[in-house]
Amino acid sequence: MIESVQKTDNSRKLTIVEATREGIREEMMRDDRVFIIGEDVGISPGGIGGSFAIFLGLSDEFGHDRVIDTPISEKAIIGACVGAAMMGLRPIAEFQYSDFAFCAMDELINEAPKMRYMSGGKLKVPMVVRAPVGSYKRGAQHSQTPDTYFCHTPGWKIAVPSNAYDAKGIIKTAVRDDNPVFIFEHKLLYGSKGPLKREVPGGIDLTCYVPEEEYLIPFGKAVIRREGTDVTIVATQLVLYWAMSAAERIEREEGISCEIIDPVTLVPLDIETILKSVSKTNRVIIAHEDTLSFGWGAEVAALIADEGFSYLDAPIKRVCSSDVPMPFSPIMEKYVLPNEERLYKEIKNLAT
Amino acid sequence: MSKLDLDIDKSKLLNMYKKMFMIRKFEEKVYSLFLQSILPGTIHQYIGQEAVAVGICENLNNNDFITSTHRPHGHAIAKGVEIKKFMAELFAKAEGCCGARGGSMHIGDPDVGMIPAIAIVGGGLTVAPGLALAFKMMKTKQVAVAFFGEGASNEGAFHEGLNFASVQKLPVLFVCENNLYAVSTPWRQTTPVENIADRAVSYSIPAEIVDGMDVVAVYRAAKKAIERARSGKGPSLIEAKTYRFCGHGRFDPAHYRPKEELEAWKKMDSIPNFATRLIKNNLVSKQELTELEDGIIKEIEEAVEYAQNLPDPKGQDGLLYVYA
Repeated sequence: MIESVQKTDNSRKLTIVEATREGIREEMMRDDRVFIIGEDVGISPGGIGGSFAIFLGLSDEFGHDRVIDTPISEKAIIGACVGAAMMGLRPIAEFQYSDFAFCAMDELINEAPKMRYMSGGKLKVPMVVRAPVGSYKRGAQHSQTPDTYFCHTPGWKIAVPSNAYDAKGIIKTAVRDDNPVFIFEHKLLYGSKGPLKREVPGGIDLTCYVPEEEYLIPFGKAVIRREGTDVTIVATQLVLYWAMSAAERIEREEGISCEIIDPVTLVPLDIETILKSVSKTNRVIIAHEDTLSFGWGAEVAALIADEGFSYLDAPIKRVCSSDVPMPFSPIMEKYVLPNEERLYKEIKNLAT
Repeated sequence: MSKLDLDIDKSKLLNMYKKMFMIRKFEEKVYSLFLQSILPGTIHQYIGQEAVAVGICENLNNNDFITSTHRPHGHAIAKGVEIKKFMAELFAKAEGCCGARGGSMHIGDPDVGMIPAIAIVGGGLTVAPGLALAFKMMKTKQVAVAFFGEGASNEGAFHEGLNFASVQKLPVLFVCENNLYAVSTPWRQTTPVENIADRAVSYSIPAEIVDGMDVVAVYRAAKKAIERARSGKGPSLIEAKTYRFCGHGRFDPAHYRPKEELEAWKKMDSIPNFATRLIKNNLVSKQELTELEDGIIKEIEEAVEYAQNLPDPKGQDGLLYVYA
């Protein structure tokens, strides 16, 4: 199990759900222009606060004019965000599952990130979209981690929080950013608590100390989660924790020391921190839950091969999901997904 | 044809004539510039449909917003985009209203209430309700107008946008310009309803069908719908029956349309017909009209001169304005 960031006041040990909710709440109190829009986000009483309870209680506090329940209309939701943001409001939208983003691809790719550019800089589109990613036995259309599609689209900023402390700071930064920001949250890291327990079996307890004081997480600043000397691992979200687990075991068992980097945001990407690490270790693994081919890992690999060529003593390796739709069968799913075992093997191959 | 009652301000009527004439002459000039290979890119022209954009926009304030399509020139001029800035944009100069980054299909100027035109068919139908949502939430009494063609009413965005606007009672007007053809496809081949307006009832939105060649009829219908929106009563749909005299784009000779059909619609040309009515109703003399028209032609010539003589932008400036 991964140690919490800090262990102080227990009442401030929050899950990613609670921390994200707190960040949203603070931004809504701070700025009247911030509002929430999505499916099942505000229904009350008895509502669910969105697909993973992030928004629970917010409609009671801020009213249904600021927490808008929509029809099942992803295009209309994102179009509404684009239009409202251009007129000065600051919407936070949710896709119940990131897989549903594809229902609104025209608005997400052709409108949101291009309106500013097409207007010659006259308009801005300060909108935030959140979506859960990750696979846990729900089959091919509720399991994707599609951050890479949006990384590839100029105009978006992409955040991939891995813990509660970051989650709160990221959503606050995202709301204040004048650009479209897409936040991908991993379902198995949510650890939601409270009246509607949306605990996901197989999830990791990632409660960690979250300060009450105001803080923001800057975009484009990767964090070194574990320092090491032999192999650099760049990984996100759930795979980051498999990497941490594999690193801890391989240090114990084989004496191999891994340096693990959490990008925090994929766009902007902090390539400097990654290159600095590779200059020290000379070996790198990039790991993500999205499928292998043409994923963001390939982009980071290309950047390292280009700007850090002389640092490398071995080819750049990637540990990702197989290039298949996610199968339902737990055995097949386990085979397809990157896991602690595969990472361990890859680290060992690379280091020896 | 609707009555040209004098309940409408003479200045409004003349303004509408000027705008329609400006659109027509602008489009003709731009077409000739393309024939001479002077302008880059392509154009989808508004010739024949002028009465729709003008009749609608005459009811709008500067801070009301419109969304437009791949055929935006008429909407842009009607909404008040400056002719010089428009021409500069078509000439791909940095002084253009979109900084040379938009071009014909993304023309717009937020300063006059037009976001860059959205060239994805139906794209504006989900964005305009977003503009309207902001107006409703901020309680500003502004309204949004979404222009779209009959072909776009088959896009998912139409159904999602209208449904959402209706259930949220948003201050938005949906204006369908039914010019009978989506590129080359006649609308009856793709659309099982008799009128696009017939679809509005599915979303509990009031709709009106209007003669799109009669600028006063369009003006009257729009006035009602916009007042409805502004007073918080929600969205409306206007279907304007109209026709483009030109092809879909500049390379399209439109051979898929029968010649007799084109000739029949040309007889209903909104501009000379409106001129006749203005003169017949003693609102303007032939001489005054000619002076107005000459002034417009001159303004367009000056805009071409201005735009042509601007320096070209630097290629690397194309990297700017992605992020705020």
